Amino acid sequence: MEYLTLFISAVIVNNFVLTRFLGLCIFFGVSKNVNASVGMGMAVTAVMTLSSIMAWLVYTYVLVPFKLTFLTTVVFVLLIASFVQLLEMIIKKHAPALYNMWGVYLLLIATNCVVLSVPLLNVESSFSLAKSIVHAIGSGAGFGVALVLMASLREKLRLADVPKPLEGLGVAFILAGMLALSFLGFSGMISL
Amino acid sequence: MKELWSIFNKGLILENPIFVLALSLCPALAVTSSVIVSLTMGLTVMFVITANNTVVSIVRNLVNPKVRVPVYIVSIATIVTVAQLVLQAYLPDLYKALGIYLALVVVFAIILARAEVFASKNGVIRSFFDGLGMGTGFLIAMLIIGAIREIIGSGTFLGIQVMPASYNAPLMLVLPAGAFILIGYLVAGCKMLVQHIEKSKA
Repeated sequence: MEYLTLFISAVIVNNFVLTRFLGLCIFFGVSKNVNASVGMGMAVTAVMTLSSIMAWLVYTYVLVPFKLTFLTTVVFVLLIASFVQLLEMIIKKHAPALYNMWGVYLLLIATNCVVLSVPLLNVESSFSLAKSIVHAIGSGAGFGVALVLMASLREKLRLADVPKPLEGLGVAFILAGMLALSFLGFSGMISL
Repeated sequence: MKELWSIFNKGLILENPIFVLALSLCPALAVTSSVIVSLTMGLTVMFVITANNTVVSIVRNLVNPKVRVPVYIVSIATIVTVAQLVLQAYLPDLYKALGIYLALVVVFAIILARAEVFASKNGVIRSFFDGLGMGTGFLIAMLIIGAIREIIGSGTFLGIQVMPASYNAPLMLVLPAGAFILIGYLVAGCKMLVQHIEKSKA
C-alpha cells in the first residue's frame, strides 16, 4: 500500500514537470509530436530507474561509509553521464533497431535535470532501495504522462490562430500553465 | 574594450538565456516565488557560469576534444559543490529554500552550452565576459520573474509589505501554474522587444 501511494504521488500529485518544474528543456523541446513523446517518456523512465539503483548503491556503500557525502553531486553527475554513454554504446551494438528509434533521446538525457534529480531526491528523503525504484518508475511515468498530454495539446494548437509574439514557446508555456492548473486538482489527494 | 562590451551585453536581452534561448528554465519557474530566493539563485548561477567559462577557456588547449564534455561536467560540478558548501555554511536558510535546485545547477543547459559554444574557442578574458554577461542576463530574468510573482502574488517585496493591507493577493501567481503562464507572457514580451531592437538596427 505504501508503495502504491508513493507511486501515485510521484505520477500525478508531485508530477515532475508540472509541480516540480524539472526536465522543462526536454518537455518543451520534444512535446511537438506524440510519437516522439512516448519514446522519450519510455527512455527517461528506463534511464531514471537504472541510474537510481546505481546511485543508491554508490551512495549507501561508498559515499556514506567513507564520509564523502559532500561529493554527492559530482559523483552522481559523472555516474549518470557515463552510464548513459555506456548504455548508448551497448544498444547501438546489440539492438540497432532500438537505437534507431530511441538513440537520439539517450543523448539528450545524458545530462539532464530530470534524471539527476530522482537519485538526489531519493537520497534526500532517505528512501530504501525498493522505495527508490518505485519512486523512479513513478516519476518517469509522470514525466511521460505530462509529455504525451502536452504533445497532444500542441498538435491541436497547430491549427489555432495564435497572436504573433506568443507563437511557439510563449503559447506552449501558457498551455503548460493550464495543464499545471488542472493537475493542481490532485494536490492534497495524497499526503506523504 | 568595445568588443568586450558587445560580448557582455548580448546576454542581457538579445540572447537572454531564459527569455530568448529558453535554456535553464527549471530554476526560472521553481525558485522564483520570492525575490530573495531568485536573487540567490541568480548570483549562484552567475558565479558558476563565469568561473566555469574561465576554467574551460584556460584548459581548452590541453583537453582532447573527444573527452571535452566529461571535463566540462567535472569542472561545473566542482564549482557548484563549492557554491553549495559556501551557501550551506553562511546562508543556511536560503540553502534550504533552494533545496534540490541548487545541486541541479550542474546540469543547466546554459552553462554547458556556453562552455561548448564560446569558452572552448575563445581566450580567457573574452570567455570571462561572456560568462558574466550570460550570468547577468539570467540574474535579471530571475529578478523580473521573482519581483512580479512576489509583488502581485503575495503583496510584498523582499519581505516588506508594498501593497495596501486590504490587497487580496491572487494565490495563482505563487502556484506553479501561475509561473508557467507568467513566463509565457514574458517570453512573448521579450520576443517583441528583440524584434523591435533588430528592426531599429536595420
